[in-house]
Amino acid sequence: MPNTTGSGAKSTDTAAVTQGKGFIEIENVIIRFAGDSGDGIQVTGAMFSDNSAMIGHDISTLPDFPAEIRAPAGTLAGVSSFQLNFSSFDIHSPGDQPDVLVAMNPAALKVHLKELKPGGTLILNHDSFDKADLKKAGYVNDPREDGSLSGYSVFDLPITSVCVAAVEPIGLPKRQAELTKNMFTLGLVCWMYDRPLDLVNRRIEKIFTGKKALLADANKIALQAGYNFADTLEVFTARYSVNKIKLPPGEYRRITGNEATALGFLVAAELSGRPLLYASYPITPASDILHELSKLRHFGIKTAQAEDEISAIGMAIGAAYGGCLGLTGTSGPGVALKAEAVGLAVMAELPVVIIDVQRGGPSTGLPTKTEQADLLQVIYGRNGECPVIVVAPATPGECFDMAIEAFRLAIKYMTPVFYLSDGYLANGSEPWLIPDLDKIPRFDVTFPNGDNGFIPPYSRDEQTNARPWIIPGTAGLEHQIGGLEKENISGKISYDAQNHDLMTRLRVNKVAGAVKSIPDLQVHGEEKGDLLVLGWGGTYGSIRHAVENATEKGYSVSCAQLRYLNPLPANTEKVLRSFKQVLVPELNLGQLSMILRAKFLIDIKGLNKVEGQPFKTSEIESRIYQLLDQPQSRVAGV
Amino acid sequence: MSAVAEYTRKDFSSDQEVRWCPGCGDYSILAQVQRVMPEICADMNLKKENIVFVSGIGCSSRFPYYMNNYGFHTIHGRAPTIATGLKVTRPELQVWVITGDGDGLSIGGNHLIHCLRRNIDVKILLFNNRIYGLTKGQYSPTSEFGKKTKSSPLGTVERPMNPISVAIASEATFIARAIATEGAQMRDVLMRAARHKGTAFIEVFQNCNVFNDGAFDSFADKKNQLEFTVSLQHGKPVIFGKDGQKAIAIRSGHGSIEPQVVNVADVDPSEILIHDEASPNPALPYLLAQLETPEFPVPLGVFRAISRPVYGDMLDEQVKSAQQNQGKGDLKKHLRAGETWKV
Repeated sequence: MPNTTGSGAKSTDTAAVTQGKGFIEIENVIIRFAGDSGDGIQVTGAMFSDNSAMIGHDISTLPDFPAEIRAPAGTLAGVSSFQLNFSSFDIHSPGDQPDVLVAMNPAALKVHLKELKPGGTLILNHDSFDKADLKKAGYVNDPREDGSLSGYSVFDLPITSVCVAAVEPIGLPKRQAELTKNMFTLGLVCWMYDRPLDLVNRRIEKIFTGKKALLADANKIALQAGYNFADTLEVFTARYSVNKIKLPPGEYRRITGNEATALGFLVAAELSGRPLLYASYPITPASDILHELSKLRHFGIKTAQAEDEISAIGMAIGAAYGGCLGLTGTSGPGVALKAEAVGLAVMAELPVVIIDVQRGGPSTGLPTKTEQADLLQVIYGRNGECPVIVVAPATPGECFDMAIEAFRLAIKYMTPVFYLSDGYLANGSEPWLIPDLDKIPRFDVTFPNGDNGFIPPYSRDEQTNARPWIIPGTAGLEHQIGGLEKENISGKISYDAQNHDLMTRLRVNKVAGAVKSIPDLQVHGEEKGDLLVLGWGGTYGSIRHAVENATEKGYSVSCAQLRYLNPLPANTEKVLRSFKQVLVPELNLGQLSMILRAKFLIDIKGLNKVEGQPFKTSEIESRIYQLLDQPQSRVAGV
Repeated sequence: MSAVAEYTRKDFSSDQEVRWCPGCGDYSILAQVQRVMPEICADMNLKKENIVFVSGIGCSSRFPYYMNNYGFHTIHGRAPTIATGLKVTRPELQVWVITGDGDGLSIGGNHLIHCLRRNIDVKILLFNNRIYGLTKGQYSPTSEFGKKTKSSPLGTVERPMNPISVAIASEATFIARAIATEGAQMRDVLMRAARHKGTAFIEVFQNCNVFNDGAFDSFADKKNQLEFTVSLQHGKPVIFGKDGQKAIAIRSGHGSIEPQVVNVADVDPSEILIHDEASPNPALPYLLAQLETPEFPVPLGVFRAISRPVYGDMLDEQVKSAQQNQGKGDLKKHLRAGETWKV
């Protein structure tokens, strides 16, 4: 009988505190479900996350799945996983090493064991550890018998067989009954962490309705059976309870980045008073945005699945030309295809928003894994001097705000805006305080009319340098635009050399001038110090956690997260120069570092990886200590 | 139901200097479009500010600059996509796409076929001169096999494609062909295209007098037209030649269907092909599309005009019925979709 007391579900930084009502109270738990991609791992993870969020924990999640829809069962390639960090304090990332690993087959064990915290809890599905499965996973010896699991609390449970025995009597064929084993596992884990089952039951009922009612029953029975199994079998000697977090008051839901993105653009349409067209070509990991928005016809949202990436942005440009919100979404390979059309929107000065949910590249790369290597592509990846605004949300929930921000800026400055999300933000989730819509500023659009005579299409607003958004259908203001260089003000074709120089600078200055409409960069921690850790986009959680850990240990370190990459906030240079050193962790080989060095002539230290996974807090922490513990050779500030 | 014309041709001429080569066939297309526009506006009760010309890249695509309407000169091959986005969000606009054989069939081939199959309510004019003019004389996807050009000094080794066949295969609902210099014919198909609900596709034979002069002379030249072209009339026998003494008959049997030129005097009238542009069966228009000189006359006019649901209308219908069934979207409720909890 393995001894689990005080070891299994304890995080490294937070020890078990009190014991009461038979529960060990702990502050946070990181749990990872892993199994075959057909095992329902993502569903199990998502349901447990909802459950955690709803009973009042802060959560952060990291789903990870193979690019193949169904890789051969039992193989390493087919392993899918879902990691959840739930906590009684404010957390920012899905966590590094899991405290608990649920491995539904030998392949899942093989892939994920190395990540499990020393002394962590390991739940195995005994029934899938036969010779054939072990061989498929590449095990010569059974890891349960050769001592390789000796450092963990192992629960080798006959999950499939007990589950089937419980479910089969209601009249489900064995194969179908087996599919409910994910709910059985969820029941086990719910018991371990003191979870009521009613929330999960409600979700099951929502998923399996009508003719599928039998499946709802089967899943509920499996869930209960798992819970009871843990309760009656005395293998688990300890149960854990995580206290509720003190979140700001309000109404919450769990939200993924892609969901928040779709909601944000829906709300942008409302706030601008203009209809939205979302045109997109299916691509991982952006397709969910198309799915979400396609459900919203009753909001007047129009979506089009284009024949290719170029068509998708073409449709968005057409919508923008007509005075509507033109939106397209894709990932890195799609951005490459859209580049020429983005240039057209820059030249025609039309407000189009392009979502880039970044994934591992180049080429097809790692479709289901995260990366931040499209930064230079979206800022510079076009012919000619071709400036665009670039924004990047830092958390799944923030995707909502930055989506609105993208259109607010696009319309105000009559320019394309790139919205940079990534695979981690897109699929990751967190509790989200549902915003009060009445408190979000509107940006109602009014179009010029011809009442006061002709308005040249390339005349400019004095404040913003934006050209007027004159739309077809406006009598008296008929004009022609296009990708050829324009004469200043009149907009007529011009090949004049001086005019081209002027127009190029006007376009660049217009985008640079958007700095007036974006907030300053906020520093978390002291305003001055030895080290600033500067991130952008989805690295926010790990950076902040690492910096908080280092600060607790007495280091002089602060962090800041850029949500506007072009233009950079007005105070960026000042912030950077307030610290002796600047560290920029990025999931690329140093793209933001390069921009900052070029713009400010400041020596930036990098932390770079492209492993398809977000940063671990520990990776950033080690780099912080490395920089601050060694004698400094260079100083960033003057 | 023709109303009094509000506009004249001059209302559709912009002040931009026309920069096509002197003698280019594009001038006559421009003239016919400008001439027919007042009629279209009167007939369809349209304002000129509600007409938009969208083009790609190439000689033809300079067209929108010369019309005094809203115009968008976009990028190579992509005009159908931009026109789609515009039409779908602004259904009250009449949207014309101006493209060429290179723009529409080579770099933009994909967009053209998908625009046609979706039945987007836009009017596509494909100026076919069988050459790349703006890049100074390379072969195009409609250049004849073996053609010698700057990029094929020994002759091409590529079969050309037939724009009408492509349109039929793409399920286009309105397909026509005209010769740029034939004013009445041009105006007739333009008018019909404007009235058509759904994508209207018109191939215009247009002479490039600099890089491919005389490409269509064998049938389009005034002296050859009578013998080497046939004007398709719905419900009428397909006859041509001086005094209409020749006709097309379809010979079939033993698994083959062959068109044949016959003398009207020699055959029973029932043997002569009757043109049916509204037929749901694309086989006969396809067969007509294959007719080429010198064996056959080149068919001109409307090959196909069928009625099918329009993309934009169906999308609008989805919005309407979703609002009826689910109620108009309620943002506050939608933000709270799924499970929520209070802190």
